[in-house]
Formats: sequence, structure tokens, C-alpha cells
Amino acid sequence: MAERRAHDDPPWVRSLLIAAATAVIAVLIVVPLIDVFVGAFAGGFAAYWSRLTGSPETLAAIRLTAVVAPLAVGLNLVFGIAAAWAIARFRFPGRTLLGAIIDLPFAVSPVVVGLFLMLLFGRQGLFGPWLEAHGVRIVFATPGIVLATAFVTFPVIARELIPLLEAIGPEEEIAAVSLGARGWQVLAHVTLPNVRWGLLFGVILCTARAMGEFGAVYVVSGRIAGKTDTIPLRIEKLFQDYDLPGAFALATLLAGLALLTLLAQAVLRWKVGTEGR
Amino acid sequence: MIDTNRRVLPGFSLSLGYTLLYVGVLVLVPVAAGALRASALTAAELWAAVSTPRAIAAYGLTLGASLVAALIDAALGTLLAWVLVRYRSPLTRLLDALVDIPFALPTAVAGLVYADLYADKGWFGRYLAPLGIRGAYSRLGIVLVLIFVGFPFVVRTLQPVLEDFDPALEEAAACLGASRRQTLALVLAPALLPAIVSGFALAFARALGEYGSVVFIAGNMPFRTEIAPVLIVARLEEFKYGEATAIAMVLVGMSLAALVLIGLLERWSARRHG
Amino acid sequence: MSISAINISKWFGRFLALDNVTLEVPDGTLLALLGPSGSGKTTLLRILAGLETPDIGTVRYRDEDVTAAPVRERNVGFVFQHYALFRHMTVFENVAFGLRVRRWPRARIAARVQELLALVQLEGLERALPAQLSGGQRQRVALARALAPEPRVLLLDEPFGALDARVRQELRQWLRRLHDEVHVTSVFVTHDQEDAFEVADQVAVMREGRIEQVGPPAAIFERPANPFVMDFLGNVNVFHGRVERGLAHVGGLEVAYPQYPHEQARPATAFVRTHELEILRTQPVRRAHLRARVAHVSPARSIVKVRVHAEEFGLWLTVDVPWERYAELRLQAGDLVYVSPRRLRVFVGGVDYAI
Repeated sequence: MAERRAHDDPPWVRSLLIAAATAVIAVLIVVPLIDVFVGAFAGGFAAYWSRLTGSPETLAAIRLTAVVAPLAVGLNLVFGIAAAWAIARFRFPGRTLLGAIIDLPFAVSPVVVGLFLMLLFGRQGLFGPWLEAHGVRIVFATPGIVLATAFVTFPVIARELIPLLEAIGPEEEIAAVSLGARGWQVLAHVTLPNVRWGLLFGVILCTARAMGEFGAVYVVSGRIAGKTDTIPLRIEKLFQDYDLPGAFALATLLAGLALLTLLAQAVLRWKVGTEGR
Repeated sequence: MIDTNRRVLPGFSLSLGYTLLYVGVLVLVPVAAGALRASALTAAELWAAVSTPRAIAAYGLTLGASLVAALIDAALGTLLAWVLVRYRSPLTRLLDALVDIPFALPTAVAGLVYADLYADKGWFGRYLAPLGIRGAYSRLGIVLVLIFVGFPFVVRTLQPVLEDFDPALEEAAACLGASRRQTLALVLAPALLPAIVSGFALAFARALGEYGSVVFIAGNMPFRTEIAPVLIVARLEEFKYGEATAIAMVLVGMSLAALVLIGLLERWSARRHG
Repeated sequence: MSISAINISKWFGRFLALDNVTLEVPDGTLLALLGPSGSGKTTLLRILAGLETPDIGTVRYRDEDVTAAPVRERNVGFVFQHYALFRHMTVFENVAFGLRVRRWPRARIAARVQELLALVQLEGLERALPAQLSGGQRQRVALARALAPEPRVLLLDEPFGALDARVRQELRQWLRRLHDEVHVTSVFVTHDQEDAFEVADQVAVMREGRIEQVGPPAAIFERPANPFVMDFLGNVNVFHGRVERGLAHVGGLEVAYPQYPHEQARPATAFVRTHELEILRTQPVRRAHLRARVAHVSPARSIVKVRVHAEEFGLWLTVDVPWERYAELRLQAGDLVYVSPRRLRVFVGGVDYAI
């Protein structure tokens, strides 16, 4: 006898909805993903490789991204741990506000972020004259790009860690303190190992976001080809120059990283499931 | 009870201090600088800057496209969440993993690909062209790419609510004689609505600020397909910092309003559902 | 409306939840399905409701075979363990739900809801939301909601499970009185013996997918059909041993057992309820007895629970002693006493279960 429970839908509804959902994902997500790789490898692997390594500006973009992203992620890692520690472990006035402020970059357009950085450090900006006088270049140079990238992605690691720390609770850390451990020891030996998978995932996600950041960097970098173009900016330039294969070739790097991020997420969920944390 | 935490666990002042410093430098100083800059203009100049026809067209397009995209995301997201939670299978597990791609994929890549797909010769564009519909370089293109960008928000907000939904409630409705349709409308929908609205609001806020993907597909024609962030960049390139800042403040205002809306919605739904 | 379950079997994967169960619930009866977790009682209840379908067997309401009928056509009232009240609806809307989906006219709905709220003594709370109610109140709303559409049958899943002890007691009385007024054939599931015995007309004791015994509470208590039922109900002391030649030798006691006159010894288990053991200061004559030392005395409601240790046989026994008797005996820990059963139930063949 067929098993039908009160809250089951009839089979035709089921099939229809599953088909519709699959169609949505296919059109919205899968086909675009496939397009990246088809577009990149259309001329064969050799052509793909030469587009990546043949152009000095493209190589420069790859190199710049490879420098900027780790720096931004490193800054955000320290911040993320500090913020998570303060917010998850303590109660203080303004705690909710601080949490909301941390979420700010999620809501503000990256272009606005870039704009404000220009207003601070640009030649006509607040600190512009002082920087000029001391020969320090922030905007239109790597430091500015690092700052812009860090700003836009700074909530990522904190947002990963805060719920984790809140869920785990401070008991183990309190126990460590009672046994005589100092702050850094507690952090290194108790807290961080407990959240290591969430932390790792946060770092991976932050790196992916940092490498892909477009809007803020667009404004701040001045887009000097070969000097201040990151990978996303280079893609846009190639696109404007109608060099679609070149643009796609670079895009595969970012798309590949995105897929890696998802894989890491799946692994993390599985780990959390098996380790219970 | 938590005060003991402060006394027991070390590092409070240090971590809070560093956090505040970082947040201060990275977030608030630029924001304040922006406000400062905008106020360097007189009120009249500010108003003139934010109310040019081109600017108004840009706000309208930004708001309108974000709204439409977020609504479509709400509908599609509800469909996906339902299928993923109610019809579990290896296929739906795969779909579940794919839902997160818009979160992970850089906006520039999304923009590039959508521009390619919906161009007149593209894989999708070629079906739209005979119908007289332009995918790329049109407002439709902007909406399409915003749908992509905001898609996961509704799904991920709705999924946990659906998963936690007590099947006994549906059984109770059935025992009391409700048809499946009545159960969906009277019991399920009201319980799920707050989460759907939350997801909608998140997708909306996200779409408001989106830049990277739109730049590729829109063509950025003033009055036609120019969103507010693009206008800001245009002003910047003309070195009209004041005007750019003024428009940016309007955009930030819209985003903050969206955030406040989200907060209020969440508080309202929590109150209605104990 | 009588309910019958005939030869019901149900598998969940490879787990046999119900094994050829047949149960008859006469019209107007209040029957309790009593048993430990895993006994299948909730599964049986859900099959009666139509929330599950049996793999084998039929369900009848009076003479009508409803096995294939979906739950929404059966007109059953079902009260869920955690009430399943619709959180976003007021009390009024919850109770009215079954009437609303049947498209009753509004005036009629309002009248019926008021009638039910009066019945469950919740007048005045029409506009309240479930979150604002206590557990006992939610319970009553769930009941009112289930009764509103005039169901043929009322089924309750652990109706007192989520409540604290005192509210439980009140609600038990209350459910009994309600049933006396409304007279709907009702079945409820519980693992608590007191729930079953205080409230129900009939009790069906279940274990591992089978019904061990059905009958009025008193009959089951006095004449348990097997060791499982005996042990599951009342507090019992257990004595292991053997029967042979008309005698039962169990745990140091020796009693006549003419039902087994054979030479061949067979293992046997005897049960004595805690209030069927007597404590004596002097050694009795011509009564089976054990010597024991008083280990612990604790007062418990209307009796005193005395724990004794029959050291020679390594047996720990619990005796319920009425207060007056306790005062007479002036028992203290360490005293040497004699324990004698007033009544003993012997089951031959050993015990094959664990509670």
C-alpha cells in the first residue's frame, strides 16, 4: 500500500516543482558557470594558457591580486578574531550597535566605499596634502587597494566566528584560565582549535571575496593597466576591448576559486557533522 | 552573570580596543569623511547635485530594478527552499550546493558571463532577439544580473524555517478537514511569510549596492541603463567629488533605510510568533 | 461510533512496529493505550486516525471500512502531544479552524466556538495567542479545536505528557468529566499507568507491537495476564525460583502451588506488590516469610515506604506500610523484622522481558 501522509503533495506536483527548481538553477547558475569555462577554453588549452601568461598586463594583474588578497585577508583575520572574542564572550553597552556596524559593508555599495577612501586619501582628500608632502601614495597604488579590499570584506571572518563562539560557550576557556593559562594561551590552545574549521572556511571565503572585489577597487586604483589592475579590473578592461577570450581566461581563475570555496563549505559542513562542532 | 565573564576571561579590553580601532579607521572615518565632504557644499549645491534629471533617473532605475529583482528572487527562492527541504534526494542535494554560487562568484565574472549569454548572439540572447527583447545593454539585463546576485538570500533565509516547521501542524489541519490547498494557504504561508519577507529585504539591500556585475551588462547609458553607483563613478572621473559624494549619500540613505526595514521586519515577525 | 483495528501490522523499514494487532473500542468508551516507549501505541493511534497507513489490516469506524480513507475525510478529532496549535492564530481562530474549512456560516461558527470554550472553561480568552497561554490552557484549546467539528472519534497522543505533575492531576479529572459529558468514543496514548487507570474505562497494555491485555483498569490490576503486565503496572517485588511437586520455592519463600504438581522442576517467578507485603516484629507461624533488616524508611504521601534487605538471600524488597501500622511497629533502620506476603502471584516459565 502506498505510503501517503497528511502533509505529502501529490506526485505530479512534486515532479513539476522539482523540474521547475532544476530549470531555475540551470538557467540562473549552471549555464553561466559552464559558459565561463567554454568561453575560456574555446580555442584550446594552449590558447587559454597563452592568454593568461602571454600578456604582461594580465600577469601583472594576477601578481597584484596575489599580493593584495592575502594582505587584506590577514588584516581581516586578526580583526575577525578580536571582534568575535569581544562580541561573543562579553556583554557591554553598544554591543548590538557594534554588531550592526560590522555588517555595514554588506549593505553599502562598494563604489561608495571606494569614494570615501578617495575622499580621505585622494589628492583632494582629507589627508591628501599631508600624504603628498611625505611622498606616500595610498590611492592609485597598492596600499589603497588593500584598504579598499579589506574594508569591503571585513565582516566575513567575524560573521563566521561569532555564532560559532557563541554556540560553543566559554566553559572551556574559563576552565583554562582557572588552570592558570594566560590570554594568548587560551586563545591559541583552546579557542582557536575549537573553531578551526569555521576559521578556515572564513579565511577561504574572505580570500575568494577579496580576489573578486570589483567596485571599491575600481574607484581607488585608478585602473592603471599593468600597475594597479587587479584580476577583476583586468577582466573588465579586456571586456571593454572586446577581448572576450582573454577576459574569460582570467574569469576561470576566479570561478575556479568560487567552486573551491563551495567545496570547502561542503567539507566544513561534513566535518562539523562528524565532530559535532 | 556576564560580568564574571569580563573578570574571568582575559582580553576584553584588548580585543574590544583593537576592534574599535579597526572599525573606526576602516569604517567610520571614511564614512565621516564622506559626510564632511558632502557638507562642504552648500545646501543648494547639494540639492542641485542630487536632483539632476540624470541622477533621478539613476535612483529610479536602481530602486526599480532592485525591487523587481528582489521580488522575483522571493518567488524563485521560495520554490527552491520548498523543493530542497520537502523533496530531499541526491538531485536536490546537488541543487542545494549550487544555490550558494552567487555568494561565492565574483561580481565581475557574473557580469561578464551574463553579458555574454544575453547578448543578441549569446546562448540565451538568440532566443530573445526574435521576440524583440534585448537581454544585454538593457534594463532587463540589469534585472537579470540582480536576480542572480540576490538569489541565495531568500533560499537561505527560508530553508531553516521550513526545516523547523512542525509537521504536526499540517497533520492537525488535515485532521480538521482542511484540503491541501487550504493547509498551505492558512497554516503554512502565514508561518513562512516573515522569513520570505526577510529574505526579500536582504536581496533588495544587496541589489541596491551592486556594481560589478551591472557594469558589464548594462551598457551604462545615462537615463536608460545607468544605475546610481555608475553615476557616482562617472562624477568621480570628472573630478566632481562633491556631487559624487552627494549622490553617494543618497544611495547610502537608501541602503540604510533598507537595513532598518530588515530590522523592523525581523522584530515584527518575532513578536507575532512568540 | 465504535472503532476497530483488525489484524494491523506496520513496518518502518525493517522495524516491526505493530504485529498483527486487533483492538475493539466500543461506542462511547474511553480507552487508554498503555505501554513503554517503542511498544507501538502511538503508531496504532496514528493508524486509527489515518495519519499512517497499515501495511496489513483494516480500520473500521462502526461498520465502515476507513482504511483507505485519507485523514481529512475521516472526521477524527486528534490532539497532538505538543498541541500543534497554529501560532499565528488566536484561540478563537484555532478552535474555529475545522469549521472554517468546512465553510460553516460565520454565526454558526461563533456560536460553536463559544460553546466549546465554555466546555473547556476558557471563556474570555478568544483573542489570546497560543504563546500567551500556559501548558494546561493550550491543552484545552487543542481539545476544543479537535471537538469543534463534531468528530466521530477523539484520539489523543500523550495528552498529559508535556505538563507538570499537579496540572496533570487536574487535567486527568477534567478529561474524565469531559468525556462523561460529551460521550465521544475516545482513545488516548500514555506511558503513565496513573493516567490510564484514573481516566480510562478500558486499558490496553502494549509491548513491542502487541497487545498484552485489554480490560477495565481494576481487572488488569487484579488479574494481570503475564509477568510483563504485572511488572509494568504497580510497584512489585520480584522473587525468582522454581516450582515442583505442588510447591513454589521463590527467593526464600515457600508457598503452596497446587497448579504445578509435577516432579520435574521448572523455573518460576513470583510477584508481590509492595502493599501486599506485610512487616511483622515476630516470626509468623504457618505463613511464608523472610527475615530481613530494615534499611531505609521514607514517607510518601499516604503510606510509608520501607526498604528491607533479606541478607540471607541477597534480596532487596520494598514494602508499603500504612501510617497507623508504621506507628504501631515503630520501625527504625537496622531493625530485624519478618516480611510475609499476603498475596503472591506466580508465573511459571521464567521471565523473558526487561522493563
